[in-house]
This record gives sequence, structure tokens and C-alpha cells, in this order.
Amino acid sequence: MTAELHEELTDPHGEQLDHGAASSRPLKSRIAEPQPRGAKIRGNRPVDQSEAANRFMAATEHEAMHDARLWDLRQKRDKEMHGIEEWEELRNLASGIKEHTLSKLDYYLELFEKNATANGIKVHWAKDGAEHNAIVLEILRSRGVERLIKSKSMLTEECGFREFMAHNHVEVIETDLGERIQQLDDEAPSHVVVPAVHKLRTDVASVFAKTIGSDPDNADAHYLTECQREATRPLILSAQAGMTGGNFVVAETGTFVVCTNEGNADLSANTPPLHIASIGIEKLIPGLNELPVFIRLLSRSALGSPITQYTSHFRGPREGGEMHVVLVDNGRSERLGMEKFWPGLKCIRCGACMNTCPVFRRSGGLSYGATYAGPIGLIIDPTFNVHKYRNLPYSSTMNGSCTNVCPVKINIHEQIADWRKTLAGDGEISPVKKVMMKAAGEVLASPVVYRASLPLGRSALRHLPHFMLYNKLNTWGRKRDIPETPKQTFNEWYRKNRKSQEKSQSEGENS
Amino acid sequence: MKVGLFVPCYVDMFHPETGIATLELLERFGLSVEYPVDQTCCGQPMTNTGCEREAAKTEELFVRNFGKYDYIVTPSGSCTNQVRNNMTAIEQTDAVKHVRSRTYELVEFLHDVLKVDAFPWAEFPHRVALHNNCNTLRNLRIASMSERREEPFSKPKALLGMVKGIEFADLTRPDECCGFGGTFSVFEEGVSAKMGQDKVTDQLKSGAEYVTSSDSSCMMHQEGCARRMGANLKYIHIAQILNGARA
Ligand code: SF4
Repeated sequence: MTAELHEELTDPHGEQLDHGAASSRPLKSRIAEPQPRGAKIRGNRPVDQSEAANRFMAATEHEAMHDARLWDLRQKRDKEMHGIEEWEELRNLASGIKEHTLSKLDYYLELFEKNATANGIKVHWAKDGAEHNAIVLEILRSRGVERLIKSKSMLTEECGFREFMAHNHVEVIETDLGERIQQLDDEAPSHVVVPAVHKLRTDVASVFAKTIGSDPDNADAHYLTECQREATRPLILSAQAGMTGGNFVVAETGTFVVCTNEGNADLSANTPPLHIASIGIEKLIPGLNELPVFIRLLSRSALGSPITQYTSHFRGPREGGEMHVVLVDNGRSERLGMEKFWPGLKCIRCGACMNTCPVFRRSGGLSYGATYAGPIGLIIDPTFNVHKYRNLPYSSTMNGSCTNVCPVKINIHEQIADWRKTLAGDGEISPVKKVMMKAAGEVLASPVVYRASLPLGRSALRHLPHFMLYNKLNTWGRKRDIPETPKQTFNEWYRKNRKSQEKSQSEGENS
Repeated sequence: MKVGLFVPCYVDMFHPETGIATLELLERFGLSVEYPVDQTCCGQPMTNTGCEREAAKTEELFVRNFGKYDYIVTPSGSCTNQVRNNMTAIEQTDAVKHVRSRTYELVEFLHDVLKVDAFPWAEFPHRVALHNNCNTLRNLRIASMSERREEPFSKPKALLGMVKGIEFADLTRPDECCGFGGTFSVFEEGVSAKMGQDKVTDQLKSGAEYVTSSDSSCMMHQEGCARRMGANLKYIHIAQILNGARA
């Protein structure tokens, strides 16, 4: 199938016009580097993020593109930040509003329910993913829905919604382009805002060639988008129900707000007569007065654009239509009770922490093997399954960049450190780490043992502190040279050159 | 003013010249500086890995060694951060609190406590790239960070600016982490090394002859990557430049 290009996008000579960031040229002659896949999931066994990260980095083109693209977003974010004098004040406000709302969450949830119901919205409560899926299925079945169009939502990823619906013979069509690519490739989103950011255009070309019959040799972004549009529009038009998430839920008005750049949430919500919004209970804000604080921060932090293309307010069903909101807990209440980890609930899913994270940029979001990747993932994934995600808090240098870009001031890097403590305390730490740290703790607690363990005069492999090479694997030396060992340590130098002076001085004083 | 010198394990073992430069530099300002010879480490490797209990005895030893000084100074930002912000495995007695609040990284000690305004003996006619360790940058706030909207400042640059002949080389990602990350460098070796290589590439592109930092651990990692890559870059601790090292 070949997609027709719209006339206005074609210049008189039949060439495609460049259009901003997506401008691209067809790639035909090169042999494409195959796309590295994400972490290997083996039941409940702890995910090995570094194994998947190593495979991602081995695909050098992918890694370089991924790092450059996300770093570009970070730089655009910085530029927007500098355009707003009160940026840090906005962050304080946003954090304060979220903390306030979370501390009175029961009150605001009930207020929302009351006001939304008065607006004609049907409000449902789901304690976990399974309940959410069952509620939605029931709504769809009772209305004979066979096809559902959907805009991007991390919450539905949490709930395993697509698989569940496939199992129950409801066709789900993602309408966000990146999410649709991921759906067609049967892969989870790798990033909360740009779900297919880990893919090269050539990867997308091969996915589309297999699934919607586009030309496998044409990796032009414009062509591919157009093909997808042609393939998906008819499905959208014939769907009987639409689903969205919700970025902000306004208690005072009983309304909710959805932010997108492609307008696909509006398409999903407004095309069919039935609109279901699945929303996590932490998305509440008190009133419309508080909303602009978040709207000003969200897209600037996420993509470095002043505002999302579409900021849509939903306040009730249209005539003859239906609107449902499913408020989902799925572990959030429990997290709210965790002394150190509750601030993670302030997250507005802007992805800025991922864009800035040097580990994320080099590993790809799928290497985390969890719904949430990157810094925010490290601190919330273990709340879903502490054993399976126990290695994730170690996938960080704790450099703190995430904490400082976060628009709602979540102390991400401190929570990463706290997770390490919590995991070690609960015995959820790998035996290698445990043994090494126990040994290091003993050696470093005793000056005599410590001095005796020093590497001087031993083989090169031992030329590193005990705790670095205890496992005999010399991971240090694989890609780095080992520092040369000087003739004497500082301690020895001091004893020779200063300690003796001190002694003779004090002896002199005594005599 | 009695100053205790803490020389972190990396510096003690691999870069004694940094310890010597720190000691000599402090003495140039007329301070009486002592190095308690029974010191080992600040407990960072264990704490960093989450093993707080395993860090307790090392922390106790640290407090025993340094309790008697007015200030504890060390040529390492990450160790300072450990002592000041993370030394929580032991009971917070007055002695512990004293040590924690009195421990300073060398640059901040020179800049904030001594308020040094000249290094007449120092001259370094070279093109130098500055690396700020992440703990030093974002936890000790030794310089402004690119993530925040704040007035630009840099304590290490202010000090280095007083050195005759020095020229700064600009990095494209000046405060991107180099990937050392303490035990991260061995547990997550692949990503760590890649980040180090990218850092070295950026330093090379800047046209720097030297890289300097107030942290030896990051530089040990970067230098290891640079050597393996065959990159022609030299690494020197800021204490040495400020103490008048010529090259
Ligand atoms: S943790 Fe902060 S920076 Fe990261 S996605 Fe959430 S709001 Fe954005």
C-alpha cells in the first residue's frame, strides 16, 4: 500500500517539504542496525537492567541517536526555563499544591466525585488494575463495544489493559503515533512522553512494513506518518468507544484536563459517543486556580515547548453521549503511607527526569523492564514489586540532576539512596553486593587491617581498593585503565616526612 | 584554628601528591594542620550501596580520628557530602554532630572559610577543563547548576581564576555526570564506562590540555577511560594547581 500525500505538503516538483523537527530524508541504501530489545523478563526474578543496557549500547547508532534526542529535549527545557523568571517559584508552588492535595486526598476525591456526578459524569472506583479492567470491560460489553480507540496512558500500562482487552476480544487502537508504533511492534512504551524514542526511523519503517504494508525501504518520517494516518483513521472513525487518561483532575469543578500534542485525546474522546477516562487518584488538584501552575511547567519540562498543542477540559458528556471516569488506586494509597517514598506521588509524568538522566539516555527505557523507566521508575517500581525491581535503584550514579529538573521537586536521588537502604535492610540485595560491603565495612573499620590490605607491590589486578575488586572480576579494568600505584601512599609519606618531625619537635619541646 | 586533614582512600593510595598539595596549601595560609594517621575512609562505599549497618564502625572510627579539630578539610567533595549529609549509621552524639558540621571540601574551605583572595605562588599557563563532581555540585552547591534557574557562580572557577596564565576550556555538557558514581563504577560497569568515554570525548573536543577537579575519584575514572581510549589529556587535582604546580 502506498500512502497518498496531501497536496499542500508537496512542493511543485513533487518533493516533500521539510517540516520542523520531523524533517527527514528517505534512507534507502544503508543496512539498518537492528533494534536492541528491552530487559529479559523471567517471571518474578529480579530484572537485570545493566544486561539490557549493555545490549542497547552495543547498538551504537541507537544509543547515539537516543542520547542526542533526549539531550536535545533537556536543552530545550533549559531554554524555556530561562524564559520564565519565576521558574523556581513555580516549582515550589507546584510541589506545595501537590503535597497539600495528597495530604487531604480523601476530601478532594469525594469533592470531585460529587461535582463530577452533578456534571453528568459517572465516577467509578478501582482498587487495582484488575478491578479497573473489569469495570471498563463491563461498560464496553453492556454497550456492545468491539473497538475502542485510546490515547496514551501510563496507568493503563500499569493495569495490563491492552492484553486484557485482547483476551476479551475488544480491539484497542492506540491513537498517539509513538504509542501506536509500540503497539504494532508489541513492545511497551520506553518513555512516558515519547514512547518510541528508542527507535530509529528504519525500525519504524520495518514495523509498518510488516503491519500496515508500507514500503520497507522508505524510512522518511513524513511518509511513515502519512501511512499510519491513512491506516488508522478508518479504525478511529468506526470505533464505538474512546478512552483517555487524565493529566489533572479538578476537584472543585468536577472536571479533568488532558494534555496532548497530537490532538489524539480529543479524537478518542469526541469521535465515539462513549468516553471513558482512566485516572490515578494522585492526579487530583484542588481547583482551576491551581491548574495554570502545572500547565506552565508540564510541557516546558517535558519537551521544552511552552505549552502542549492541546489542553482539553472535559466537563461532562455531550448530548446523547456518556462519560465515565475510573479512579484507580493500584498501590497508590499504600505508597501514600510510606514515610520516605510518598513524595513520588507528586509526579506529573513529564519525563524530564528521564531526559536528563545520563544512565537512561545510554540504556533506553525498555532496559528497566518495568512500566516506569528512568529516575521516577527507580523509586516507584519497587512499590509494585520489591523483589522483581530490587536492582533498579542501583541503576543510578545518584548525580541528582533528576531532582533538580523535576517540576514538582521530588527528591528523586535521595529516594534512590533510601531505597538502597530499605532494600539492604529487608534482605533484598544481591549476595555479591552484600558480601563485598560486609568485607569492606570490616576492613575500613580497622586502620591496621586496612593498611595491611593495601595493594602496594602486588599484582596489577589488585591495584584497587578491596571493595572494588573483591569479586575478582575486575569490572573496573574492562574498559578503563587501572591507575598506576605510586611508590608510597600519602600515609607513608606523612609518617616519613611529617610524623617524625612532629615527634622530634615535641621531644625538643620536652627537653 | 586546628585543622584535621582527611585524605580519602583513593587519594592515599593512588594520588599521594594530591594529599601533599592539600597539606602544603593549607599550611601556606598559616594553619596548623594535622593528619591523624589512623584514618581509613568516610564510609561512603557502604552507605552508597545501601549497607548502612556495615558503615557504622567506619563512621565511628572517623569521628574518633577527627573529633578534636575545629575544621576537617579534605580534597574530596563526595567524601564531604558523605560526612555532612549521610553519616547517619551511628548515634548522633555531640561529637558526631561537631564532626559532620565542621567537615569541608577543600575548595569551599578556601572560598567560604578562609576567603582566600590570592595565590601569588600559583601559575598554570595551560588550557584547562573543569569537572565538578556531582555531589560537590548538587549537594554541596559549589557552583550553580544548569538544571536550575539561578545566578551563575562557581567557587572552583573563582579560585582558579586567581592562578596566573590559566585558560578555561568549555565543555558542551559541563555538568553531565561522568559515570563514576562510587560503587556504580563496578556494579554497572558498562554504562559507567560509556559515560566516562563520552565525558573524555567532550573534554578532547574542548581543546583542553588538562582536566582538573576537586575530586580524585571522578578523575581516576575519567583518566582510566582516557588512557584506554588513547586520549591525550592530563588530569590534575585542583589542590596541585592552587599550590603552585607548574605542570
Ligand atoms: S519525577 Fe518529576 S521529572 Fe520525573 S516524570 Fe515525574 S514530575 Fe517529571
